Amino acid sequence: MKELVIEAGRTERQYWKDLWNYRELFYFLAWRDILVRYKQTVIGILWALIRPLLIMVVFTVVFGKLAKLPSEGVPYPILVFAAMLPWQFFANAFSESSNSLIGNANLISKVYFPRLVIPTSSVIVSFVDFLISGIILIGLMLWYNFWPSWRLIALPALIAVAFAAAMGAGLWISALNVKYRDFRYIVPFVVQFGLYISPVGFSSSVVPEQYRLLYSINPMVGVIDGFRWAILGSDASFYLPGFLLSIGLVALLLTGGLWFFRKTERTFADII
Amino acid sequence: MSDTIIRVENLGKKYLIKHQQQDSYTALRDVITDKVKSLGKKIISPWNHKQSSTYSTTEEFWALKDISFKVKQGEVIGIIGRNGAGKSTLLKIISRITEPTKGRIRINGKVASLLEVGTGFHPELTGRENIFLNGAILGMGKAEIKRKFDEIVAFAEIEKFLDTPVKRFSSGMYVRLAFAVAAHLEPEILLVDEVLAVGDAAFQKRCMGKMGEVVQKGRTILFVSHKMDAIRRLCQSVILLHDGELIRKGPTETVVNHYLSGTNLYAELKDRGPAPGKAMHLRSAKLIDEKLNIKDNFAKNETGYVEVLYDINTSLENVHIVCHFVDNEDRIIISTGDCDVSRRLHQKRESGTYKTKFKIPTDILNEGEYSLIFALGVPYGRIYDRLTDVVRFSLSDSREGNGPEYIQRRPGFVLQDLPWETETT
Repeated sequence: MKELVIEAGRTERQYWKDLWNYRELFYFLAWRDILVRYKQTVIGILWALIRPLLIMVVFTVVFGKLAKLPSEGVPYPILVFAAMLPWQFFANAFSESSNSLIGNANLISKVYFPRLVIPTSSVIVSFVDFLISGIILIGLMLWYNFWPSWRLIALPALIAVAFAAAMGAGLWISALNVKYRDFRYIVPFVVQFGLYISPVGFSSSVVPEQYRLLYSINPMVGVIDGFRWAILGSDASFYLPGFLLSIGLVALLLTGGLWFFRKTERTFADII
Repeated sequence: MSDTIIRVENLGKKYLIKHQQQDSYTALRDVITDKVKSLGKKIISPWNHKQSSTYSTTEEFWALKDISFKVKQGEVIGIIGRNGAGKSTLLKIISRITEPTKGRIRINGKVASLLEVGTGFHPELTGRENIFLNGAILGMGKAEIKRKFDEIVAFAEIEKFLDTPVKRFSSGMYVRLAFAVAAHLEPEILLVDEVLAVGDAAFQKRCMGKMGEVVQKGRTILFVSHKMDAIRRLCQSVILLHDGELIRKGPTETVVNHYLSGTNLYAELKDRGPAPGKAMHLRSAKLIDEKLNIKDNFAKNETGYVEVLYDINTSLENVHIVCHFVDNEDRIIISTGDCDVSRRLHQKRESGTYKTKFKIPTDILNEGEYSLIFALGVPYGRIYDRLTDVVRFSLSDSREGNGPEYIQRRPGFVLQDLPWETETT
């Protein structure tokens, strides 16, 4: 057994090893959250399907039927849903993880484990929702008899990018929320606002060419466009420089989030 | 030496206490306004480098000062001291929940802590689910929990309720299950903080038995308790903390007797500050006489009061605050609650700070030293706050009829003047 040294300001070299030792806790916390969420509900896990489905219907009617925005030659519901998937994942992960540390305050002040487990578990919970609502997309594609192209093989990589974006944002917001509870008021606003400035209800091809790069500063733009490119095979919305910019920003968000989280983590138990 | 398992060197922990602030967390708004204020001051008087007034509300507080000691493999060490002496902070640092401000600790072995039973239990989940969840939180793997599952269930005696949500458990079942999970951890070093204060006598006995078993296996235990008989039974040596300093370390009998000897009366528990996360929270307590002087010794039949300040942070129903008078042998001599005499208190209590006072029953207590335990919560149900050894006072018997022939303490738990009627026939 190696000697463990506890000292002020010591960034424990053991940290990543600890994280590995506690790997089952990721699963258990996520499992708990999923179990608890649908306890004493009548339709249970169906809620994970109903919400995105309703938003999809509204967006199809408002943007597709009423505003008559271009659909890039695919059925509008599929266009919307291919974007809804990553967006909902990001938005859920963001709001779930923002409260995750505070919601587990009793654990943090009583037991040691790498704190990184908590927000990560929230992201995993949202990822499960993401997989469940993926079923709706498959259903829609069967309904419209729409077959994806070979590009679908790029989807796992794009899901990884979406995961990284959700993690990065989640780490920042959860750590900030411990010290500054102001952020819990910012989160719903960001989520609501983000739904409209991200190309969820419409294709990003409606954004004028000269603003595309600027538009891609929102990292979710690259992720959503990537999803549409892979699932729908549409080139119209895909814009490579913007995509690369988004990827770069996601990487920055994640490494920055990790750094900030590790830096503040040591004081969580004292200030939460 | 290789058999030294924990080595604590010059350990110190500093907290910053904010006096004005109501909430324990910072609001971004305050940070911004503070920054603007101090900037404004700098502009107005740029050469005045005194600390700005916004910072004077923050006070440094050393919960632990320069603590050093060693623990050998297989030792069972008791940590004693008054409330606020730093015992729990010490355990929190050793278990890595919070980090020290100064000094270091070297540990050779896996540490597990029983800081509070039931941490991480989720009320909506069933007993079975909670065993797995709690085990994982305490650092057990899934396979390990599966292996010990039957043993845990048997120890907790909850076979029939395995698939019932723990929110429907009685508090006794809840505590039994929680302790059972924690007791089946197999760490090299076990930190125990006052967990034996819960449950009925039979269960407490079994807990002590389990701890003894752990000791037999050659594990190292650090044991915080106010219960001197438990400390005496389990520990070979004891560390005495006072105001964050290590006063004494040595054989159990010597240190415990030193701690219990008369110099340890304390008539006041200083304000512990708010705790917004707790539904009920004991703030402060003091012993006073009729003239409101704080006092730690009373004479038989003298009038004295216990005055308590507590917070309620969300409006609650059917809660009470109770106080036990405990003698030096850890026996509860009398217990009293604020609802005993007023039905009205059972009704809803809004959030706020409450002050309450009751008379010390000096008319029935026998000579000796008494310490007070406070518990706040639902009668025979959930306890929101519980504090042992809050204040300690002595009672001396110098009644008029007590001539020099009564040199010893009168026998009996209580001592009350009964009206004897004597006549010659």
